[in-house]
Amino acid sequence: MSHISLVDVTKRFGSVTAVDRLNLEIEKGECFSFLGPSGCGKTTTLRMVAGFEDLDEGEIVIGDRVFSSSYKKHYLPPEKRDFGMVFQAFAVWPHLNVFENVAFPLKIRGLSKAKIIERTRRALDHTGLLKMERSFSNELSGGQLQRIALARAIAINPVVMLLDEPLSNLDPKLREEMRFEIKDLQKKFGFTIIYVTHDQAEAMALSDRMLVMNFGVVQQVDTPMNIYNNPVNQFVFSFIGLSNFIPAEISDGKVYVEGARDAGPLPVAIPGERTDRSRDKKVTLACRPSEIDLHDREGIFGIVKGKVYLGDITDYRISVGSVEVRVQKNRRRAFWSEGETCRLKFNRVLWYDREKESGSALYP
Amino acid sequence: MTIDIKKWGVAEIVLVLSILILVVVVAIPVFMIFWNSFVVDGHFNLNDVVKVLGQPDTYEALKNSVIIALGVTFFSTVIGVFFAWLVSRTDLPFKEGMKLLFVVPFMLPSFIGALAWKMLLSPRSGLINKLLMNLLGLEESIFNIYGFWGIIAVETMYLFPFVFIQVSGALERMDPTLEESARISGAGLFTITRKITIPLVMPSILAGALLVALYSLAHFGVPAILGTQVGIYNIPTKIYEKIHQSAGSFMAIRTGTVLASILVVSAGVILYVQNLVLKSGRFQIIAGKSVRPMLLKLRGLRVPLLILSLVYIFVTVILPTGTIFLVGMLKTYGVSITPDHMTLKNFKYILFTWKMTKDAIWNSVYLSLSAAFVTMLAGVMISYVVVKMKVKGKWFLEFLGVLPFSVPGTVIALGVILMWSGKFGVNIYNTAWIIFVAYIARYMAFSLKSNSAALEQVHDSLVEAARACGASHWQAMRSIVLPLIRPGMVAAFFLIFLPALRELTTSVLLYGPTTRTIGVAIYTLNEDGETVYAAALSSIALIIIVIGHLVIRRITRSRLEGAQ
Repeated sequence: MSHISLVDVTKRFGSVTAVDRLNLEIEKGECFSFLGPSGCGKTTTLRMVAGFEDLDEGEIVIGDRVFSSSYKKHYLPPEKRDFGMVFQAFAVWPHLNVFENVAFPLKIRGLSKAKIIERTRRALDHTGLLKMERSFSNELSGGQLQRIALARAIAINPVVMLLDEPLSNLDPKLREEMRFEIKDLQKKFGFTIIYVTHDQAEAMALSDRMLVMNFGVVQQVDTPMNIYNNPVNQFVFSFIGLSNFIPAEISDGKVYVEGARDAGPLPVAIPGERTDRSRDKKVTLACRPSEIDLHDREGIFGIVKGKVYLGDITDYRISVGSVEVRVQKNRRRAFWSEGETCRLKFNRVLWYDREKESGSALYP
Repeated sequence: MTIDIKKWGVAEIVLVLSILILVVVVAIPVFMIFWNSFVVDGHFNLNDVVKVLGQPDTYEALKNSVIIALGVTFFSTVIGVFFAWLVSRTDLPFKEGMKLLFVVPFMLPSFIGALAWKMLLSPRSGLINKLLMNLLGLEESIFNIYGFWGIIAVETMYLFPFVFIQVSGALERMDPTLEESARISGAGLFTITRKITIPLVMPSILAGALLVALYSLAHFGVPAILGTQVGIYNIPTKIYEKIHQSAGSFMAIRTGTVLASILVVSAGVILYVQNLVLKSGRFQIIAGKSVRPMLLKLRGLRVPLLILSLVYIFVTVILPTGTIFLVGMLKTYGVSITPDHMTLKNFKYILFTWKMTKDAIWNSVYLSLSAAFVTMLAGVMISYVVVKMKVKGKWFLEFLGVLPFSVPGTVIALGVILMWSGKFGVNIYNTAWIIFVAYIARYMAFSLKSNSAALEQVHDSLVEAARACGASHWQAMRSIVLPLIRPGMVAAFFLIFLPALRELTTSVLLYGPTTRTIGVAIYTLNEDGETVYAAALSSIALIIIVIGHLVIRRITRSRLEGAQ
């Protein structure tokens, strides 16, 4: 039984469709991320779940309760939804001190004074803020402000926690630390997380499952591992991790880099259905820079155009005909020099249809 | 950027020149006022000051100023906050248009407004009073614009935009997630407004309210037109009365300077408090990214509140302006407004025939143009030293630079009279020069504010980059700094030119037989009972002001388009 379900959720701003028929099921206790470039509709979707935006079409159901529905003309305002939410700019109220900020949602709910103190203290304790409960926001650092926002969100023990790019205003080191803290809090309180971010590393580190969006349309919903390893289309492939897209043509059962037949055929197996029907078909090969090996005896020929030594890895730019291929190797041996001819062996490639606009995947 | 070319480099010369300008234009006049109030025959004398304050009419003027300022501040704040909230946090129709309309009273001279309200609501001849008396068959008039309520009402109409602009600006810049996180915490819109929104914009509300208080305390026009007739004087009108009626007697000047000192001190205190309020770093509420704020759905109240806003604008802007134009076209004052009583001859007469009004228009135009130009240039230089240069002794200039902000128009007028009527070997009293000097002092604050804001936007690294490319200090200034601050300079010019054009408070104390300004001419015409001509001249002033504002809009807009 799914916990949160979004059915055909659609939102338009004027003539722009920000979110287009989005369908999604999120399990209870799951940490689920919305990932995509800015303007892809991920924040709009989150704001619809939160109730800050009404739906143009569709329905949002959580548990067995309908929160928004265009069919039933029903819309529950955000203050009635009992969610926790953390914003990118923290939104810590500058005229209230740390304690008053965290106690605010409890006061609104009319809890007794003793209860308010107890639960505020508990939230402050879990976020390591007990010592600074009398401070004001101008005296605190970005990380501390973020903890206040988190404490305020968990104070009411929400079933659902919404996080809107909560870490993007922090410096990289603090960002990693906070990821763990958010995970820890989830373990302690057991809430379901919906997490919006444009940072793929953050999404992969935190999520049980994630959704990749572009132009208001869902591209793929899966576990981080599946999304990284089997992206359904070129957009997802390029959005998660580093990527090479190599234009290629199939001829006589062999695959060549386009315009570089003399580099030799690629030592890869052609997907089964390709061999018979699609002779002389143009495809796009996608592959991660780390999944290419540099060899002196096997593979297609290329010339090393540039090399950057980064310590743990070496980053090569190798041209095959007019196509540039990026290769990352972490081995100490086989240091190729600029201008040298080398051979490339592809450990894993994914095939994408070049004639279809979406560039969706053609699996072997 | 450090500049230390020998002992006496360009920096020091510019610094000394800047200090000199401020000393001569502002510091000495203000000093003269304090000297005159507190020093008698070379001795410090507080007893006489107390004696002056103990006189019933000065004490009365002080009390009236405070009462009027409190009333105006209260009503301006309530009205300003309400309309600011309405246009930035609700789904009121035509909000953008309404936002512009609410700022219109700002550009209208309040003494012309007072004049209009006198024509509408004076007990016997007021048009609305006459209409109501005829309609209801009454013997007595219902409204009387003369008195405290009239003064407070009219000043509020023209001063509430101070609060409106401050608060609507703060509401628009405020990070909407501050309110959204209160909402997701379970608070309804009413609770959010009370516990989050209002406390967060409180500094802006206070800043606006204090500005209103400052202006009202030192305001001449409205109390002069609506108060003196019934014996209500505030500080500026009392000073005017003393100086004018006693023809510069020692005692009159003493009273004037003591009252003026009080104005300077209270203005200083108000500005200091405002600065404290605005600087309280607790209230960093500006949004990082722009998200549309949640708007309160007014539902059934949408149309009634729109009508309320439109009625408010009609009553405060259209009704008085229309009255001025209509009365300006009457053949004689007192006849009913019907087409056969109308004529355009009044305008022809004051524009082309009557020397007094022709002179007044010409005086105002050339005085405000030249004062705006000179003040703008001086402001660029002084701001440059304060904002950009590192030079010893700068603190003194910074200290002097605060002075123009806290010196009201009446005080400037008194100060320049004391300074420029022969005491230092120069006597320009009764000439246009004294008004010119006074205008520079009066509007220096605007120029400093606009220019230093523009200069602060020019990051030092931009100049350093030019220097690194081989530009000399002067070349960097000319090719990088000046083009970048040109918008600030243009803004400063118009910020001075337009108010100077309609200036009354200062010029009314300084004018001579041939140096009336538009403001003075309107005021004296009204005093002499020439209401129709006063209205006609006011109409012409309003037309010039509106054209001026359209020109600024045009310039600022084309500049925006050019930048895109």
